[in-house]
Order: sequence, then C-alpha cells, then structure tokens
Amino acid sequence: MNWVDTIAQGVLLGGLYALFAAGLSLVFGIMRLVNLAHGDLIILAAYLVLLIMSALGLGPFVAAAVAAPVMFGFGWLLQRVVLNRVLGEDILPPLLVTFGLSVVIQNALLEGFSADSRRLGAGALETASIDLGVVTLGVMPLLTFGSAIVVIVALNWLFYRTATGRAFRATSDDPVTARMMGIRPQAVFAQATGIAMVVVTIAALYLGMRANFDPTIGPARLIYAFEAVIIGGLGSLWGTLAGGVIIGVAQTVGAAVNPEWQILAGHVAFLLVLLVRPRGLFPRAYD
Amino acid sequence: MAQAGTYRAVTRTRTATVAAGVALVLVTVAIVLPAFASRSLIQDLFFILTMLVLAQFWNLLAGYGGLVSVGQQAFVGIGAYAMFGAVILAGWDPVAALVLSGIAALVLAVPTAFFAFRLAGAYFAIGTWVVAEVVRLSVAQWKAVGGGTGTSLPRAAADGMWGLGWIEATFEVRTAAARDILAYWLALALCVATIAGIYVLLRSKRGLALAAVRDNAEAARAVGVDAGRMKWLVYLVSAFGTGIAGGLIYLQKGRVSPDAAFAVTDWTAYVIFIVVIGGIGTIEGPIIGVLVFFVLQSVFADYGSWYLMALGLIGIVIMLFAPRGLWGLFSDRTGVQLFPIRRRLVGGIFEEEKKDNG
Repeated sequence: MNWVDTIAQGVLLGGLYALFAAGLSLVFGIMRLVNLAHGDLIILAAYLVLLIMSALGLGPFVAAAVAAPVMFGFGWLLQRVVLNRVLGEDILPPLLVTFGLSVVIQNALLEGFSADSRRLGAGALETASIDLGVVTLGVMPLLTFGSAIVVIVALNWLFYRTATGRAFRATSDDPVTARMMGIRPQAVFAQATGIAMVVVTIAALYLGMRANFDPTIGPARLIYAFEAVIIGGLGSLWGTLAGGVIIGVAQTVGAAVNPEWQILAGHVAFLLVLLVRPRGLFPRAYD
Repeated sequence: MAQAGTYRAVTRTRTATVAAGVALVLVTVAIVLPAFASRSLIQDLFFILTMLVLAQFWNLLAGYGGLVSVGQQAFVGIGAYAMFGAVILAGWDPVAALVLSGIAALVLAVPTAFFAFRLAGAYFAIGTWVVAEVVRLSVAQWKAVGGGTGTSLPRAAADGMWGLGWIEATFEVRTAAARDILAYWLALALCVATIAGIYVLLRSKRGLALAAVRDNAEAARAVGVDAGRMKWLVYLVSAFGTGIAGGLIYLQKGRVSPDAAFAVTDWTAYVIFIVVIGGIGTIEGPIIGVLVFFVLQSVFADYGSWYLMALGLIGIVIMLFAPRGLWGLFSDRTGVQLFPIRRRLVGGIFEEEKKDNG
C-alpha cells in the first residue's frame, strides 16, 4: 500500500469537503443560521447543472456558470421569503424550518429525477492524471482542490476588501448598530445566502464530476461540511479547508485499512478533534 | 379567617380534573381493547403509542430543554440492538431485555452528551446526528447480530415471550397476534408512564427550573438554577425512554437492520413533524400531532415522496405561521390546558376578592 498516495488523495478530497463547508460557514458566520438543508441544496444544484447540460448541450463548467446565477436567485428568494421570518433569538424555528426544507428538497428531487444515480460527464478530464514521480494525482481532484483555494481567497477578499463584506461583518457583529448605519440586515442576509448558493453550485459541480450522486446523499454532505467547519474553528475559512483535509485524509486512510471504515474514520477524526480542541483548530468567532 | 391571609400556588384547574377523569376512562378502555379489537387496529394503536412516546421525549428535549436533537435514531437503534443482543447472545427473554434497551441508550447518552454539549446552540443538532451515524456504522460492523444486513428474533425467543401463552389462551389467538397484543400493552404502559412521568417532572421543582432556563437562561442562573445540570437531566431521561421505545418497536417488528433502526426519517423526521404540527412545548401537542400524523400516514403514505414532501411543507408552514402548533392555536383561543403546569396564586387577597364579589 502506498501511504503517500493515500494521504495525497485524502488531502485533495479535503478540497471538496471545504467547498461543501464554505457556504455553510458563510451563512452561519453572518446570520447564526445553521442550514440543515445545506447538503440537499448541494444536490439540488448538481441536478440543476445536469438539467442545463442535457437541455442546452453544454459542458459541466459552462452549465455550472449558467446555474450559479439561478442558484443565487433561489438563495436570495429563500432567505427573503422564508428564512428571514424565522431568524431570531430562538434557535428552534430556523432549525426546524431548514429540516423541513431538507425533507422537501430530497423528495422533490426523488419525484423529479427518480432514485437513479447520476453523474456530470466531464469527458477525458475524468480520467486525466499527472505523474509526479512519488504519486500520480488525478487532474479532477487537483482542480477541485485548486477551486476550493480560489473560493476561499475570493470569499476572504469579499469579506475584508469590499463594501459588501464590510456590511456582512457589521451585521454579523451587531445587527442593531448596523441598521443605524443604514444597512438593512434582511437585505444583507439575502445577499449572503445568494452568495452561499453560488459556492454551493461550485461544490455541486465537482461533486457531480467526481462521483455518482442521487437525491438521498444530501444529509451526508451536510455532515461532512459541518465537521470541516467545526474542526477548522468557527469563522475561519482557511481553518475550514484544514478541517476538510483532516476529514478527507481520515477517510482515505480508513478506507485503505478496511473499505467499510471509510466514513466511520472521518467521523471518528471529527470526534477526536472535538475532544481535544472543542473550539476547533483555528477558532475566530466566539459563538 | 385563618386561611384568608395565606397564599398557595396551584396548578390544578377544573378542565384538567375532567381531562384526568376522561384519560382514566380511555386508558381503561385501551387495556381491555384487545378483547374486542381486530389485529390491525391493535397494530395501528401500537404504532401511534410508540410514536407518541418518541414524540414526548423529543418534545421534552426540544420544547422544554431547548436541545434540538436530530440524532434520536441513535437511541432507538441502540435500544433495538441491545434487546436483540441480549436475546441472541445471552438468551434473555425479549420483554426483560427491554430494560437493557433503556440502559444501553442511557450509557450511549453519556458520551453523546459529552461531545454534543460542546457544540453551541444550533450546531448541537448536527452533532447529535454525527453520533447517530457513528453508532449506525459501528453497529453495522457487529457481525453477531447480522452486521449490515441485520437479523431476526430467534423463533424460540419470539414465540416464548413472557405472557404470550396466557394471551393466546385468554383471547384464543395465534402466537403472532398474541405478540402484537403483548407489544401493544407494553406500549400502552410505556406511553402512560412517559406522559405521567413528564407531567410530574414538569410540575416539580426541576420542571420549574427547566422552564426558567428555557425562557431566560441568564435570569435562571441569577436565581441559582444550574442550567447545565438541567440539560443533562432531560438528555439522559429522553435517551432512556427513547431506548426502551426503540427496543419495544423492534420487539414487535421481530427484525432489525442498521439502516432501519437508525433511520433519521422514521425516528427523527416524523417525530419532529408530530411535535411541530401538534404544538411544541406542551404535553397535549404531541398527542394531537400523532393523531394528525397517523391520519395523514394512513391516507397518503402510498404517495411516497409526494407525501413526505407535503409533510415537510406542512411543517414549514406551521413553523412560519403558527409556531405553537395546532394545540397552541386551540389553547390560545380557549385558554384550555389539559396538563396545566402554570402555577397560579390562590388564597389571601384572591380569596377575599372572591368573597367580596360573591
């Protein structure tokens, strides 16, 4: 068994988990909303990309570019119409509403696309690889990891270098004072969820090109995303990438030992980090 | 006049006294029901009673303890597997093994709470879900009880359960029907004990502390309530009860598999729906909710995913427009409470006012 290869694959898989997690982290950071439908939204986006690919005869990347603004609109609307109504001191309503949303999305997808597993065909890219001597890495996993880094850099830039980001941070810190400065928290939240849905679309693109998906796998993606966020520490996107890498490596190493232990190993790694560092490896936020 | 100056806090109301009488009659009818009822009615009632138990415990967690768990399937599953393990590996009677179901869930709840309580607020929900997944994946590795494919109750144990012979002779039914009756009685007993237990808990000093923590954690702390201890209390109590319910559900089914026993849809999504639609934070709510759920289930379950989609939508709409559920809507308009836990002050000046008015 080649351990270097196993670990390299795990690190690259971590990029995918970081993509799953970035949207979750963004929404939580700004409005303290834990979206239990996050995983199902990723799967929804994957089906949207699939639909655009087959309807317009486009490749996966172009189709995702078409899907991204649609998902932005969907996220914006979802926040405006539903989620803004349940935000508040009580954590119960948003949790229960997003849990209901998860059930709705899953079953709507089952009804619309059946339980068959699908894939976003990427042609020769699927099997292309680069030989680095010690290890041979797939182009697709490399591209996924690279995209995760680009997404994190872009989100950090948005957060710390733009007026929109300033509004995000202000609302996150103190919505009441932010309102006095002419920021409308409700509008900020809608924008943030829209942006999170764009990240979700990117995650969906790589999820769909890398492996098969079906309507029921959303909740497991939510769990991976959540584990990456908690391991990394709330509020730190680079921490989230580190968290994703830890889950990814734990999974590939677990699978190398015994294929049945793949998922379990990822969860155990998460619990171990929670045991040793309850606030994650790189905590920034205090809630 | 000696009493006029003293105050007392009471919770009893006239409606509640009437309700208690009606409940007593209903329970009595329910006990003798197997003498007249068909087997399918007994099975339906078993389903309703066990779902009601799960809903009451989830409601205790979320509605009173503020702990939204999405991982209750961990306790249902571990309860089921503890029962099967004791029967298959140690030769216990399945009914006796139900105690072990509760204990196993309790034992699992300690490390679960230890981990999940480290996650603040909403992340607690997903934390409980992760633990449930870990337990499901681990149990799937347990080859003695069938690993990933699951196993059935051994025939000898299933047909030789305590009391089955007596039920067969008394009601002149076959073994399978007798098993349903036995499971139904156990479910009835568990359900009555659950509701009575939760009611007593909520009316006690601890219940008052629990309500105080739920309504304002800081104010509760200021008057000396240990919020952390209250959380542990409700979490462990809920786990214990949920575990017994899990064991009982699979005693009746007679077959267990990790994917079924740890299913998030069956043991958590449905339960959340029942509590939300009935009215979270009340004992009456889950009772209304389970009846509504049962009707929807029997009429629409054939529609599969459309049905589930509708359940999800109804849950969202209720949460948006009537967050206190059907019972909340009714109770707000009429002021009726069947299980009153609100303390009202009587005696003293209130007595004198009454006299003046009279």
